[in-house]
Amino acid sequence: MVGLGLTAWASSAKRSDPQAIRPPGALPGDDFLNACLRCGLCVEDCPYDTLKLATLFDPAPSGTPWFEARKVPCEMCEDIPCVAACPSGALDPALKNIDDARMGTAVLIDEKNCLNFQGLRCDVCYRVCPLIDEAITLERQRNSRTGKHALFIPTVQSDACTGCGKCEEACVLDETAIKVLPLELASGTLGQHYRLGWEEKARNGGSLVPEQLKLEIRRPENSNAN
Amino acid sequence: MPTERQANSHVGAEAAAKLGWWHAHRFLVLRRISQLSILALFAASFLYGLDILKGNLSSSTVLNTVPLSDPFVLAQLIASGHWPAETALLGGAIVLLFYMLVGGRSYCSWVCPVNIVTDAASWLRRRLGISKTTRISNSLRYWLLGLSLLLPVVGGLLIWELVNPVSLLQRGLIFGLGSGWVLIAMIFLLDLLISQRAWCSHLCPMGAFYGLIGKLSVIRVNARHRERCDDCMDCYKVCPEPQILKPVLKGAANGVSPIIFASDCTNCSRCIDVCAESVFEINTRFTTEVENKNEKPIATIFNCHPVCPCCC
Ligand code: SF4
Ligand code: SF4
Ligand code: SF4
Ligand code: SF4
Ligand code: SF4
Repeated sequence: MVGLGLTAWASSAKRSDPQAIRPPGALPGDDFLNACLRCGLCVEDCPYDTLKLATLFDPAPSGTPWFEARKVPCEMCEDIPCVAACPSGALDPALKNIDDARMGTAVLIDEKNCLNFQGLRCDVCYRVCPLIDEAITLERQRNSRTGKHALFIPTVQSDACTGCGKCEEACVLDETAIKVLPLELASGTLGQHYRLGWEEKARNGGSLVPEQLKLEIRRPENSNAN
Repeated sequence: MPTERQANSHVGAEAAAKLGWWHAHRFLVLRRISQLSILALFAASFLYGLDILKGNLSSSTVLNTVPLSDPFVLAQLIASGHWPAETALLGGAIVLLFYMLVGGRSYCSWVCPVNIVTDAASWLRRRLGISKTTRISNSLRYWLLGLSLLLPVVGGLLIWELVNPVSLLQRGLIFGLGSGWVLIAMIFLLDLLISQRAWCSHLCPMGAFYGLIGKLSVIRVNARHRERCDDCMDCYKVCPEPQILKPVLKGAANGVSPIIFASDCTNCSRCIDVCAESVFEINTRFTTEVENKNEKPIATIFNCHPVCPCCC
């Protein structure tokens, strides 16, 4: 009984708000919840006071570290003090280069209100990105409204974005148009059976199926080509 | 009722009159100092970067070097399938050894902040003369302990730490409590209105865990001068685990040792404080029992002072 109650409680309590972002190196999902001692040493060693320790009814399960990118993003410290402080391995000590962190990924979620989508040159999210031109690029498109200008579309490259949230913090709109979301929420998964032909070809050093057979053109004996 | 109230509000009064206020409250005061200064050191580290003790009771570092980790939280991590990094394991081992030495539930009375809350509830209960209490089995906490370690194995999720009021309060006092006070208020009201000492002495799996760690611990309270007991009942009223007192106080005839070997004892030493007859002492489990035997003890011949432990 008690166990059931607790389990029910727990499964609701373990849920995080999608905007509660984990520190760099956090193990994925439940693995992190099971590994974190809730000691707050990462919080204490974060020099920018990015990280907070969740209290009861906060957007993250109580006692676990999280941050709100719109308020204080992660500054991507080169020596990653939060990971160094973690005694339990909940923040993976294997993370040595902060550029490899995947706290989440930014998503330009509101294309209607983003200024760049209107043809203006805000570019703020792009400019503040610590991995400018890697994690966010500006992709040129035709501005069909004016017919003669270009749109510079901020485009997040999710394979390079660390999820630090500098862009989310900086977006000039009242409610940000670009948001960091947890990877589980923001990324799709390819079906198990999918094979991308060009990748298989590259791996195999050539096409997997034999090149198309060249068949002789055969015509009936006495037919006339003309 | 009024007579009972009077009797209740005077727990320790006789001791205070006879031996002085300090003598009748010294362990209480020392414990509060210990509990509060540990929290204060954690908070000073968080707020002002004074890194004497950094982190919280779940895991911390002393002077940025020695790691300490709560073995109960570690046990839950392991049960949920995460093998902790060495720092945490080393910290856990240090804490484990410490409590194996000084008595597991010393954690409860000298460190845990929930103890302040439940002690307050128990004090208020005596003050208000609330004697109605719902019986809860003493061993329920061991079932809850089992559950808190079993559920992660079955469900693969660290369940207890999501709600553990002990973690919640100590963490909250250092990093900000948020809405966590609701749970703490519930414990206070449960202890005050529904069942006496419900949380710490009946439900808390953490207390149960530390009790088990301390089964063989060295530091023990000892009813060494039990022959002096005049049945004032003050120690029973103040003790969070009164069921352990009777055997040691009344067991002389049955050859029961006056040393409190029960792992439920929290080493709070309040029994020492409130006893006007100075029945209790705190020393080690190896203290000789000779003095308490009915026949004339041989060892006393060599004693320089009746309570001096040096040569007995
Ligand atoms: S990398 Fe630096 S700023 Fe980011 S969470 Fe860690 S300590 Fe804080
Ligand atoms: S340092 Fe590690 S174990 Fe401690 S709260 Fe942060 S993530 Fe959790
Ligand atoms: S900062 Fe905001 S408004 Fe400006 S380009 Fe980026 S997402 Fe658009
Ligand atoms: S029984 Fe639990 S709540 Fe009470 S003092 Fe011990 S650890 Fe703290
Ligand atoms: S026996 Fe004494 S020291 Fe032990 S818990 Fe009771 S009052 Fe505290």
